Amino acid sequence: MTFEYSSAPESRAIVTIDPVYKLFIGGKFVAPKAGKTFTTINPATEEVLAKIAYAEKSDVDKAVKAAQEGLKVWSKMAPSERGKYLYRIARIMQERAREFAVLETMDNGKPIRETRDVDIPLAAAHFFYHAGWADKLEHAGVGNNPKPYGVVGQIIPWNFPLLMLAWKIAPALATGNTVVLKPAETTPLTALLFAQVCQQAELPAGVVNIVTGDGATGAAIVNHPGISKIAFTGSTDVGKLIARSVAGTGKGLTLELGGKGANIVFEDAPLDETVEGIINGIFFNQGHVCCAGSRLLIQENIQDELLEKLKSRMSQIRLGDPLDKNTDIGAINSREQLEKITELALSGDAEGAERFSAACTIPAKGFWYPPTFFTGVTQAHRIAREEIFGPVLSVISFRTPQEAIEKANNTPFGLSAGVWTDKGSRILWTAKHLRAGVIWANTFNKFDPASPFGGYKESGWGREGGRHGLAAYLKGAK
Amino acid sequence: MVTTAGALTDGSLSSIKGFLKTLSPVDQVGADARAAMLATRSIKTASKKWAIDMAISMIDLTTLEGADTDGKVKAICNKAIRPDPTDPTVPHVGAICVYNDMVTVARKHLDESGGQDIPVAAVSTAFPSGRASLEVKERDTKDAIANGATEIDMVIDRGAFLSGDLEKVFSEIVYIKSLCADKAHLKVILETGELVTYDNVRKASFLAMAAGADFIKTSTGKVAPAATAPVVLVMLEAVRDFYQMTGVRIGVKPAGGIRTTKDAIKQLVLVKETAGDEWLNPGLFRIGASALLNDLLMQRQKLTSGHYGGANYVTLD
Repeated sequence: MTFEYSSAPESRAIVTIDPVYKLFIGGKFVAPKAGKTFTTINPATEEVLAKIAYAEKSDVDKAVKAAQEGLKVWSKMAPSERGKYLYRIARIMQERAREFAVLETMDNGKPIRETRDVDIPLAAAHFFYHAGWADKLEHAGVGNNPKPYGVVGQIIPWNFPLLMLAWKIAPALATGNTVVLKPAETTPLTALLFAQVCQQAELPAGVVNIVTGDGATGAAIVNHPGISKIAFTGSTDVGKLIARSVAGTGKGLTLELGGKGANIVFEDAPLDETVEGIINGIFFNQGHVCCAGSRLLIQENIQDELLEKLKSRMSQIRLGDPLDKNTDIGAINSREQLEKITELALSGDAEGAERFSAACTIPAKGFWYPPTFFTGVTQAHRIAREEIFGPVLSVISFRTPQEAIEKANNTPFGLSAGVWTDKGSRILWTAKHLRAGVIWANTFNKFDPASPFGGYKESGWGREGGRHGLAAYLKGAK
Repeated sequence: MVTTAGALTDGSLSSIKGFLKTLSPVDQVGADARAAMLATRSIKTASKKWAIDMAISMIDLTTLEGADTDGKVKAICNKAIRPDPTDPTVPHVGAICVYNDMVTVARKHLDESGGQDIPVAAVSTAFPSGRASLEVKERDTKDAIANGATEIDMVIDRGAFLSGDLEKVFSEIVYIKSLCADKAHLKVILETGELVTYDNVRKASFLAMAAGADFIKTSTGKVAPAATAPVVLVMLEAVRDFYQMTGVRIGVKPAGGIRTTKDAIKQLVLVKETAGDEWLNPGLFRIGASALLNDLLMQRQKLTSGHYGGANYVTLD
């Protein structure tokens, strides 16, 4: 007999899912005018979790009006009082952390270990961090008399539903704005639970409004004349559309878009920890991470040794029930995303790259993709250029530090990069020459509310988090 | 490419240094993070039962006190043979671990009480500090083997290691190994709490393995910190890498600070997900402990009976 881990599922009992969810407008849950709904499913089982209200243009209009009403209260409130509400929200999120974690795992497909240890604690941390800024904006180094934009429209993706909500709402509220936020179509549930938290915290009506829907709902937010600033996280294609829509309207804009992060491993790297960093860089959250280390650049003289270690480590990855506390890699968020990953990986085969996939048992139901890497990838392969947004890694070799930099920068994106070496001077040299918004040294996918996050080139405009992130919600901030 | 352990270095300082230079470094933050992640594994029901029995069979049941007496050593021998007198399905422990002068008592008592297949390990080479001449260390080891120890837990000269005299560390291990020959298994104690950095732990692990260790052991139990999870992780990575180089599997023995069932199960998770399932047996993994055994027994009783009896339902010794 060998040591097999018995299943250790987190209980779903803590979560109450309503059969139908309404829109959260003006502090209340209200039915959409046209009464349309869509469903959200658990991607690990394809089970329908709930019906969700579909917000049309008129519903968005109502939400914007509620936010304008909310602004009258919120912008006049003493900043220290605003801070208290944010602290209260943060504490409630901590108190209800298990509930959020289970619900996020069910709606998104990501493992409970990640929602429990990363998503939810970080989301609460963002509220705590920004709560502290609320009454100190004059000292944030963004000018003498910083003023909020007013009503902010926010559109967030499905990969970190609650965390992206926190990244958006916490700084907006701390700086005195009110918000109309649209969660992603496939992952609305934790945003709606957050709406309940707003009620529990007795946040003034209209300060936070949550409208659920699809791209058309998002477009209604982007094009609404009552909105002064748009903050979007999602694909580069949609980001470009939004940039065109708001051009010339005077609306503020921050975009956090795609990436094709280079994870660069030099010959003197600490190999075992590097393997962990590679795994974390590309398989964390099923690779549904805009700043994923999806291109692995290895110095050629250690490539074989490192890839052997990586293969052996990948054989330990536990794919399966996302609610099981021992699961490392969960379900792909949607059928559509699974098809996109599958198509891009097949292009890797077709273009002559060599595929290695971990031998995982794929569950019969739900959407799954085994952890995979391709070797023999060159800059000319599609899998080296396009964002796959899944657990698929492209391995590219280099011979000198200069070559590593050239290859790492040879992409339209510029969100993240990683450097692995035991040599401090090489870390600094490499970081200086990389054109990426976030660079990790001997680690990957580490986030902190105090650290600004954002991209170069087609990876985005503006920064979120830290002082730089505050500036993005203040008009005329320097 | 597989090479023999002896071919890794000829024992000269330049050769040892050259060999250790080929090892990749360890990043402390990353190693700590990996160990912390593995500590979140949730081991329940059937897997917990399996792990508890495996952990019991891996224990080197230890008493290393100035106050040790014949009576105390006999008592732990009895405990080693029948950890839970109320339940004959409980396996016996991996070994008894005592000081040199208690080997005779332990061996004799085990043999007379049905514990013939439980080995006696003796701590040796001027344990725990190792601050004695090679002659003393030689005598210490020879004595223990002559009295029936089939496992020798030697300490390395940490002073020599830290001052860079790697030749001395290496040659001492080679020499003690020659005394053990085919009569005793050699466990080499690195005393990781005194080596401090993970790079040192990795280097000392390879030094010991290249010199002929059958096991590498974290600590004497007399220095804190002892068998922390990241240190055991680094040593498990070392034995795995050494196996890749030479085709030889070296054992690992964490000792010191492992007191609860939870701690022990975390160790087994580290073994499984680092070195692999091949290491999950008492021939390649031991846990040096004393108080741990009773906690394992209490948890075992709880799994078997459904309720937790507590300390009065396991024997003190």
